[in-house]
Amino acid sequence: MDLDEYRRAARSWLAENAPDTRAEGAPDAGGVAAAKEFMVKLYDAGYSGITWPREWGGQGLTQAEDRAFAAEAQDFVLPTYVFSIGLGMCGPTLVDLGTDEQRRRYIRPLLRGEEIWCQLFSEPGAGSDVAALQTRAVPTDGGWVVDGQKVWTSVAHHADLGLLLARTDVDVPKHKGLTMFIVDMHAPGVTVRPLRDMSGRAHFNEIFFDGVHIPAENVVGKVGDGWSCAVTTLLHERLSISSGVGMGGQKDNPAAFEALRAAYAGPGGATDPLVRDQLVELYVRSRALALFNQRLAQETKAGIFPGARGSAAKLLLAELTLFQADLATSLAGPEAVAYPGGGGGTGEVGGSAGARLANAIAMAPGMALGGGTNEIMRNIVGERVLNLPPEPRTDKNVPFKDLRTSGETSAGDGRLA
Amino acid sequence: MKLVLTAEQRELREAVRGFLAAASPLSAVRTAMDSEAGHDPAVYRRLAGELGLTGLIVPEEYGGAGAGYAELAVVLEETGAALLPGPFLATTAAAIALTQARTPDKELLSGIAEGRLNAVYVPASGVGVDAAGGDGRAVLRGTAPQVINGMDADVLLVETADGALVAVEPGAEGVTRRALTTLDPTRGQAGVTFDGAPGRVISEGDENGLARTRDLLAVAVAAEQLGVLRAALDAIVAYSKVRVAFNRLIGSYQGVKHKLADMHCKLEQAESIVRYAAWTADEAPGELPAAAALAQVYLGRACFEVARDSLLLHGGIGFTWEHDAHLFYKRAKADEVLLGPPRTHRARLADLLEL
Repeated sequence: MDLDEYRRAARSWLAENAPDTRAEGAPDAGGVAAAKEFMVKLYDAGYSGITWPREWGGQGLTQAEDRAFAAEAQDFVLPTYVFSIGLGMCGPTLVDLGTDEQRRRYIRPLLRGEEIWCQLFSEPGAGSDVAALQTRAVPTDGGWVVDGQKVWTSVAHHADLGLLLARTDVDVPKHKGLTMFIVDMHAPGVTVRPLRDMSGRAHFNEIFFDGVHIPAENVVGKVGDGWSCAVTTLLHERLSISSGVGMGGQKDNPAAFEALRAAYAGPGGATDPLVRDQLVELYVRSRALALFNQRLAQETKAGIFPGARGSAAKLLLAELTLFQADLATSLAGPEAVAYPGGGGGTGEVGGSAGARLANAIAMAPGMALGGGTNEIMRNIVGERVLNLPPEPRTDKNVPFKDLRTSGETSAGDGRLA
Repeated sequence: MKLVLTAEQRELREAVRGFLAAASPLSAVRTAMDSEAGHDPAVYRRLAGELGLTGLIVPEEYGGAGAGYAELAVVLEETGAALLPGPFLATTAAAIALTQARTPDKELLSGIAEGRLNAVYVPASGVGVDAAGGDGRAVLRGTAPQVINGMDADVLLVETADGALVAVEPGAEGVTRRALTTLDPTRGQAGVTFDGAPGRVISEGDENGLARTRDLLAVAVAAEQLGVLRAALDAIVAYSKVRVAFNRLIGSYQGVKHKLADMHCKLEQAESIVRYAAWTADEAPGELPAAAALAQVYLGRACFEVARDSLLLHGGIGFTWEHDAHLFYKRAKADEVLLGPPRTHRARLADLLEL
C-alpha cells in the first residue's frame, strides 16, 4: 500500500470509529472501559504500535506510516490518554531493554489496551534530581521486596502495571545503585492515592509501596543499571510529549492559534491592530515548533536519532503552552476567570468558554514541570546537545547513604555538612 | 515537505564551507572590509568561477546550474556564516528577479552565471519611468536611496514605480552613485540617482513575477540570517568551553548554559523554517508567500537576538572593535531591516493569514 492509500484508509477508519466525545484528561471508570474497547479496535485495525517490531505485536511499519496516521488523527479526539504512558514511555523502554520473555508477555496487551501502564520514578524528595530517589528494593527469596513512596504518577489509579525505579544498593554512588522493575499495581502493599493538581482535578497520584513483592524475572535490564534504563525511558518521554503521543492534538485546545483566530479575527480580520499582531506572534511560535517537530521526525526517518534534541522540542512546547494560555485568557478578559456553571479551576469538567479558558491557564504550568522542568531541559540541551561543561557535582562519587537530603541543615556553602 | 538536506546538498554545504574557511576566514573579511572595494575581488571570482555559485539558480540554458532554492539556501547559509563581503546576495537577488521575469534576459543571466557581471537588484525603488519607447528603451528619473552593493554593480536592475524591470549601466549619463556609510562594515550600500538615465526594459508590469521575486528574496535573506545566527551561536558556545571565571569554565554556569540552550532552540526552529520556506519556493508556490513572510518574521528577530546575546555573553571583549562579535551583531541588525522594517513582514503575514 502506498502512503496516500494508507492515509486514506486511516482517515476513513477514524471517521467510522473515533468516538464523538471530548477527552478531558483522566477519565472515570466508565471512560476507561470505553477507552479499552476503542483500543482493541484500534489495535485490530493495525493502528496501534505502527512502528513497533512485528514479532512483539507491533505493525513493523515505518515512521512514514506513523506520521501519516498521527496527521489524520489530529482531526479527531481519540480516548488514548490512559494508554499514553505505556505507549510513549514504558512500552518503548521494554522494546529497547526488556528480555524476550518480557516483550512476549507485555507488549501485545499494552498495544491492545488490555493493560494500562504507569511510570514510577519521581518521589517527594527526588524530582528534578530523580537519581536521589529513596524507595528501596531489597533482595528476598525469588525476587525483591519494595518499600517507599512515589509521586506525580499519571493514570496510576487505572494502571495494571508500572515501570518502577528503586534503590537496590546504598553503598555505591547514587546513579549506580538503582534498578528498574516491572511492578504489578494490584499486588498487596500497593496503595494509590489521587493527588489533586492546581486545576482541582486528579490527573496524577501518589503511590505507597509497603512490603511489595516483585518476582526476580521482573527486573528490566541489569540490577544496578537502572539509571541508564531510566535515561532511555526519559528520552522516549520527551519525544512522546513533544510529538504529542496519546494527546488529542491542538484541535480541542481553546488557546491554540486556530481557536483564537476564529474568536478574534472574523471574516473582516481583527479590528484591533494589537490583537492582530499578538495572533501573528502566536502563529509564528506555533508554526516554528510544528516545523521543528516535523524536521525531527524526518531526520528520525532518515536514520538520524534526535536524542537529547527532543528536550529542546519539549522545552519549546512548554513555553508555547504557557504563552498561548496566557494570551488566550488575556484576550478574553474577565470572562476567562468567572463564568456560570462548573469547570476550570474548580475540580469539575465544565463546557463553557470561560471554563475551558480557565482550565487552559490552570493546566499550562504542568507542561513546564512534568517530564522534566524547563530548567532541567535547558541543562540537557546545554550539556548533551551543545556539550557544555557540566556543573561541578558533589554527589557523583559519594556513597548514597552519605548524601544529604532535603531538610538537613546546611554547611553554609551549599555542600554536604 | 522536505526539511532535511539530501546527501548532495550536504556535499554542497561542505564544499562551500571548506572554500570559505580557506579563502575568506574572518581575518580576511576584516582586511577586505577595510579595503577600497570592500571585498576581495579574487575570492569573489573564485566563488563565481570555481564553485559556480553566482549561476547556481540560473537555468542551464543560460549557463547556470539550474539548481533550486533548497540549494541556494544551503549556500547563503554558508556565505552568511562567513560574513562574506561582496555582491553575492545582491547578484543573487538580480538572478532571482531575472529568472522570474516573463522573458528571461539571456545576456544578463549568462553574464551573472559566468561571474563576469555584477548585476545588482534595486527592488521597489520608486524610480519613475520618464519615457518608455516601444523599442525596449526607457528613461529613468528618481532616487533609490539605499542599494545593497550599489557601488559594486556592473549593471543595476531597477524595479520601477510602475512595476517594470529596467537594466541601467551605472556609468551611463544621468546616473549618480554615492557610497553610504553603513553600520555593517562587511556590506556596502549606495544611494543612486537617476536623472534621465537611459535603460533597457527587461519586463513591464509583471506583478506576479515581482511578487514572487519579493518572496524569493525574503527566503534568500532568511537563509543568510540562518548562517549568521548559527555562526554567532557557535562562537559563544566555543568560547564558553575555554573561558574561565571563578575557577570554572563559564559554560558550566546555568546563567550562561540556559541562555545558550534557549539560543539553540531558536537555531533549531530557524533552520526548520528556512528549509520549509526553501521547499515552498521549489515545490509549493501556493505556500510560498506565507512561508516567506514567516521566514522573515522569525529569522529577523531570532538572528538578531542570538547575535546580540552571543556578543553579551562574551563580556567586555565582545564590545571591542577587534573582536568579531560586533560584526555578527551588525550584520544581523542590517539583515533584519534589509527588506523593510520588521513590522511590514508581520503585517504581510497577518494579511496572508486573513487575521
